[in-house]
This record gives sequence, structure tokens and C-alpha cells, in this order.
Amino acid sequence: MISLNILEISYLIASLTFILGLKMLSHPDSARKGNLLAAAGMGIAVLATLVLYQDFDAGKGLNYGLIFLGLVIGTIIGTIMAKKVQMTAMPQMVSFFNGMGGACAALIAIIEFQHHQHAEITGFDGELLVMLLGLLIGSVSFSGSMIAYGKLEGKIKDKVLPMNQAVNMLLLLTVTGLIAYQMFAGSDPVLFYVLLGVALIYGILFVMPIGGADMPVVISLLNSFTGIAAAFGGFLYDNKAMLTGGILVGSAGTILTILMCKAMNRSLTNVLLGAFGGSTATSSKSG
Amino acid sequence: MEAILNYIGTNMEMVYFLILAILLGVEVISNVPAILHTPLMSGANAIHGVVVVGAIIVMLQASPDNYLALVVGFLAVIVGTLNVIGGFVVTDRMLEMFKKKPKKS
Repeated sequence: MISLNILEISYLIASLTFILGLKMLSHPDSARKGNLLAAAGMGIAVLATLVLYQDFDAGKGLNYGLIFLGLVIGTIIGTIMAKKVQMTAMPQMVSFFNGMGGACAALIAIIEFQHHQHAEITGFDGELLVMLLGLLIGSVSFSGSMIAYGKLEGKIKDKVLPMNQAVNMLLLLTVTGLIAYQMFAGSDPVLFYVLLGVALIYGILFVMPIGGADMPVVISLLNSFTGIAAAFGGFLYDNKAMLTGGILVGSAGTILTILMCKAMNRSLTNVLLGAFGGSTATSSKSG
Repeated sequence: MEAILNYIGTNMEMVYFLILAILLGVEVISNVPAILHTPLMSGANAIHGVVVVGAIIVMLQASPDNYLALVVGFLAVIVGTLNVIGGFVVTDRMLEMFKKKPKKS
């Protein structure tokens, strides 16, 4: 019981560092310290979960081994990538890491769905809704961020498909239908993976028509998407650190997206519909 | 309808949390200068890497003979850690660059 309380307090400390870190990041003098503060809070949350989370028991040595291995691999690759990247290539790096976060949220939803299959639930299934939304937003954020990364790296060319907006609308209706159907008729493994597929395609087509100069705005938007996906994870586990971190980024990211649009003298709808994104791509790149 | 209300009722604490955190997020960054837009985006990107905590919980809950969960969870831990570490290091490098320049208004 004591360890559980310490775990909750660690999450409280982590949440506080996220809030203060974000606040400090928005002032030039304290920005760097704010980043380090949030990183320290993140370290506390991860360590506390590893050491204090209640569900562990004997015979899970393999699980611990894999977690440590995953943490080590992620740390090494992440550090190397972040250290090596050129200063001019920073935005696509942010986009790449953002996509990784989205993928993480989607993968969590997939495993939780497997567990959920065995549960008998009647009536409104809030947990399923949270899972489906986490999967949807996480995978849209993943595939969208990867396209944004590819476009900024110059690996993917700007290409507007015929009827792109109409197709996007159709996909959006499809995912809404898939979620609504499962809410009424109960969870269905096939439809779950169809939802995953459609969400990935939607993410690609969502970013595809947007011009290169508008990309930072889109990355910021996808960033807040991932935040929301993380928050759904927090809802699933009743985890306050995930909830605060996710929601904070979700709302702050949305406001930041709007501020960035304003700084470029564009409206968000304008950017998203790609109305003249392609044509201004060369002229408005001032950063 | 009643079931939905029940669900909200049992999770009321979380719903409060949600709403307050949304307002806080808006409030916290509302006065950011344009020069800090990209570092702030990058910092926020690192913070939502907290989703890695969820990946660790998934792994701790998975039974050792559930290989599908272990493999997917392992991947989740890797990509989540990438998000956290990469995010913070990139942000730090960006802000380091700001320091060296003479201050702009």
C-alpha cells in the first residue's frame, strides 16, 4: 500500500514538472531549464513505474528484461539520432519522434484490445471507446508524422491526389462508422484492425496535400493529436501522469498550432485544406 | 444513455482532471514569443512521450507466455523511449543554439 502511494506521489511530481516545464519553455530565459525539469519529471515517472507498479509478481523476469532492453535500445537510438541531426533538419526530427509517440499509443491500444476481448461487458463500454479513440488518433498521428518527416527530408514529393478532400471526408466518415458500430454491437477484432488500417491511410492522405512551408503547423497539430492519444492511455490505466502530460500537450499544442498559423498570417483551415499551400511554399519560408 | 451517464459518474474525478488540464494547457503557453514556437513544440513533443509509462504498464501486466503482447509491448517501449529521449535531446540542442545568439527582442 505504501509503495502504491509513493507511486501516485511520483506521478504527481511528474505532472507538476510537466506543467512548470511547459510554462518555463514559453519564456526565453528559462526555456532550457524548463526542458530539463520536464525531462527529470519524466525520469521519475518511468523509474517509479518500473520499481513500484503493483501488478508484478514472480515469473515475470522476461517482462522486466524486455522492458530494460527496450528502454536501452530506445535511449541509444534516440540520443544518436537527436545528436547527429543537422540544425536545419530539426522540424522533421520532431515530426519523427512525434510519430513514434503516436505509434506507442496505438500499440498500447492493440494490446489492451486483446485483453479486452476476454472481458464480458454489457451496456455502454467506455473502456472500448477510449481504446478505439486511442488507436485512431495514435495511428493517424503516426502515419501523418511519417509523411511530414518524409516530405521535409525530400523523400516524398508533394502530390495532390484527385478528390483528396472528398476521399478524406469519406475516410473520416468510415472511422466514425467503425467506432459507432462497435460501440453498439460490441468489439469486433476484424473491424478493430480495419479501423487501424483506415486510420493509417487517413493520416497519410491528411498530410499529403499540404505544402512544405505549412509543415511546421501540421507537425504541431499532429503533436497535439499524440498528446490526446497519450491522454486516452492515461484514462485507460487511471494514470495521472499520462493524463496530465497528454492533455497538457493536447491543449497547449492546439493553441500553439493556432499561434503558429497567426504568425504566418494564415488560418488553420487554409493550411489544412492546402488551399494555396503549394504555391506559397517558396515565398513564405522565413521560420 | 443511462449507461453513458453512469460511466461519466464513476469517472467524475478524471473528467474534472481532464477539463482543468485543458484550461491549464491553454493558459500556460498563451504568451509565448514567436521565436520559441518550434522549441516549445519540440518540448511538448517530448512531454507526450509520457505514453511510454503506459507501455511499461502493459508489459508489466502481460503474462510471460503471451508472446504477442510481449512483442508488441516491447516495440511500444522502444518507440515510446525514442519519443522521450529524442524529444528532450532535440529540444535541448535547439535551445542551446538560442543561447549563443545575441538576444533578439
